[in-house]
Amino acid sequence: MTAVDPSSTAEDTAQAAGGDILAVAREQVLERGEGLSQEQVLAVLQLPTDRLHEALALAHEVRMRHCGPEVEVEGIVSLKTGGCPEDCHFCSQSGLFESPVRAAWLDVDRLVEAAKQTAKTGATEFCIVAAVRGPDAKLMEQVRAGIAAIRAEVDINVACSLGMLTQEQVDELAAMGVHRYNHNLETARSHFPEVVTTHSWEERWETLQMVRAAGMEVCCGGIVGMGETLDQRAEFAVQLAELEPDEVPLNFLIPNPGTPFAHLEVPQGADALRTVAAFRLALPRTVLRFAGGRELTLGDLGAEQGMLGGVNAIIVGNYLTNLGRPAEQDLDMLESLKMPIKALNDTL
Amino acid sequence: MEPPAGTAGVDRPYCAWCGAARAQGDHAACDRRLATVDPPRHCPLCARRMVVQVDPMGWTARCSRHGESAGTNGFA
Repeated sequence: MTAVDPSSTAEDTAQAAGGDILAVAREQVLERGEGLSQEQVLAVLQLPTDRLHEALALAHEVRMRHCGPEVEVEGIVSLKTGGCPEDCHFCSQSGLFESPVRAAWLDVDRLVEAAKQTAKTGATEFCIVAAVRGPDAKLMEQVRAGIAAIRAEVDINVACSLGMLTQEQVDELAAMGVHRYNHNLETARSHFPEVVTTHSWEERWETLQMVRAAGMEVCCGGIVGMGETLDQRAEFAVQLAELEPDEVPLNFLIPNPGTPFAHLEVPQGADALRTVAAFRLALPRTVLRFAGGRELTLGDLGAEQGMLGGVNAIIVGNYLTNLGRPAEQDLDMLESLKMPIKALNDTL
Repeated sequence: MEPPAGTAGVDRPYCAWCGAARAQGDHAACDRRLATVDPPRHCPLCARRMVVQVDPMGWTARCSRHGESAGTNGFA
């Protein structure tokens, strides 16, 4: 992976990327199934707005050819909210910031109810999330009880996102039948120290390697708009490609009060859509999921453009501490776009 | 939002997003956040921070003085 001269223009980058980037991507990504390099991703991120529609159309073609027309639907819920000892600068759940978010625990009955609500939408995946550095014995026991109760009552794949894991915890979660484990790298390796100081990008990477080795699917993405340069955004896309995750959730920053990133602007819609297209062209076969922040960054129209620009999965309903659009609104959108929801028996 | 028990019809003097008095300052941006991506974090009756649980289809918020309220998407 090579760093790109930050003073380079879009034309310089396009030349370095091998000429017109979308013509190159059509041959390389669509025809041969090879993701873009960092320089090439940067060239997509620097495309002028009058070529955005063309980039999204190509990304959609890539998604349709290499992933198919189905959309994977997921719901998520926060099992343990707030009071986290880490200092992820975007997160309102850190106990180190003056955030209005107070600590809360979800009991097993409400967890099962949330899984039922999610399954009713046609979702195939339900992710249990906790705001922690890594799970302690109490949390692992709550997760164990919750998964057992969900599996007894709800027909849905269970995913978890519980922070950094030990090998023993990885093995326990695999034995519980966890289908997929989420652990976001969040941003480019070079930008990570500006986002988190209480643990390293490499520690997160190690957890992801253990998860894959244990046979669980790997879900790893991040947040766009945390002060990274376009070059760092391109760097992040190729670092994710090197990881070869099964799924990449793409979030857009929601500047939350009390956090160190409260002052940052909501990412612009055109930038966000360029990022969607660029990530699809870097990751032609990966499940690319719309996650948090699209409501502020893209609105209703932008969400549709993203679904027609490379995205093939979506979180419906609310998130962990933020609200999403009503699930019915997203399901109606998929129906109007004639995008079928992936069935449970296609995900195993 | 369903108001906390026993408070129906009572004015809400505080902003549920930032916790400041609604009579002071401009809360248009707060209201936009409440209408799109945020559940209430402060009790609109006393400004106390509430314990909020978001789930896929709604939220519940508990004020230590005024009790529990609940809603689905958006807080108006």
